[in-house]
Amino acid sequence: MSLWEYANPVKFMRTSRALLPWFWGLTLVSLAVGLVWGFFLTPEAENFGSTVKIIYVHVPSALMAINAWLMMLVTSLIWLIRRHHVSALAARAAAPIGLTMTVIALITGAIWGEPMWGTYWAWDPRLTSFLILFLFYLGYIALWEAIENPDAAADLTSVLCLVGSVFAILSRYAVNFWNQGLHQGATMSLDKEENIANVYWLPLVITMVAFGLLFVTLVLVRTRTEIRARRIKALIARERMG
Amino acid sequence: MIPDLGKYAGAVLSSYAISLGLLILLVAFSVWRAARVRRQLEEVEARRKSDV
Repeated sequence: MSLWEYANPVKFMRTSRALLPWFWGLTLVSLAVGLVWGFFLTPEAENFGSTVKIIYVHVPSALMAINAWLMMLVTSLIWLIRRHHVSALAARAAAPIGLTMTVIALITGAIWGEPMWGTYWAWDPRLTSFLILFLFYLGYIALWEAIENPDAAADLTSVLCLVGSVFAILSRYAVNFWNQGLHQGATMSLDKEENIANVYWLPLVITMVAFGLLFVTLVLVRTRTEIRARRIKALIARERMG
Repeated sequence: MIPDLGKYAGAVLSSYAISLGLLILLVAFSVWRAARVRRQLEEVEARRKSDV
């Protein structure tokens, strides 16, 4: 069996239909466990007070904002190289999810920043690169909507995705390149000294997995929708010709 | 039931409310559009079958 089999829309529709109930179930359970644990059962932090609980929505959404773009980068490259339509449609399907995650990360970051830094916004490297990533998401979605020919739209949005990937990568590593920003370094680390305390770690891992599952579930749902919408267009075009 | 969030209650509660609100909107819109497009496709396919 090859991964490329799923580039066949019929195969993709059949497989995703079987997988979706499992993904919905796992998403709901992990989201409920992670958020309830994080909100109700974790203590105040010495340095952050009760605002530490914002971490359970801020970090997973920021993680998925970047990862959604990286998934779009991979599927866009597959489209550009191998011309698989499902791949281009999956990238299109992922963009509004990534946009929503970026908005959540920006808003919760601003809300968290006010009591911690005394300001909602600063032109910090990570914040600024995230704002630019948000603008790239808007531009990407607008470009898909603006171009009538779906193959031309897929080509141009794929190129835009390649350019935007610089900012997706910067969003993650900006704090490592420039040290003058307000934003702290990575929350999760393999280095035990730099990692967050154990009491916050496990619910955070669960919410990160939950947001990842939510992303995959929604990408499957939305890609199925894009495949159907494309088929409608093709059938209507055939009707007009016939 | 809600833990004592002290002076940061507004920040914490609004963060959760906005995040959950946006996620629910995203899920609701995705599911609604999926149902609408599926219905449209069924209509187009039924029309084609009846034309044949």
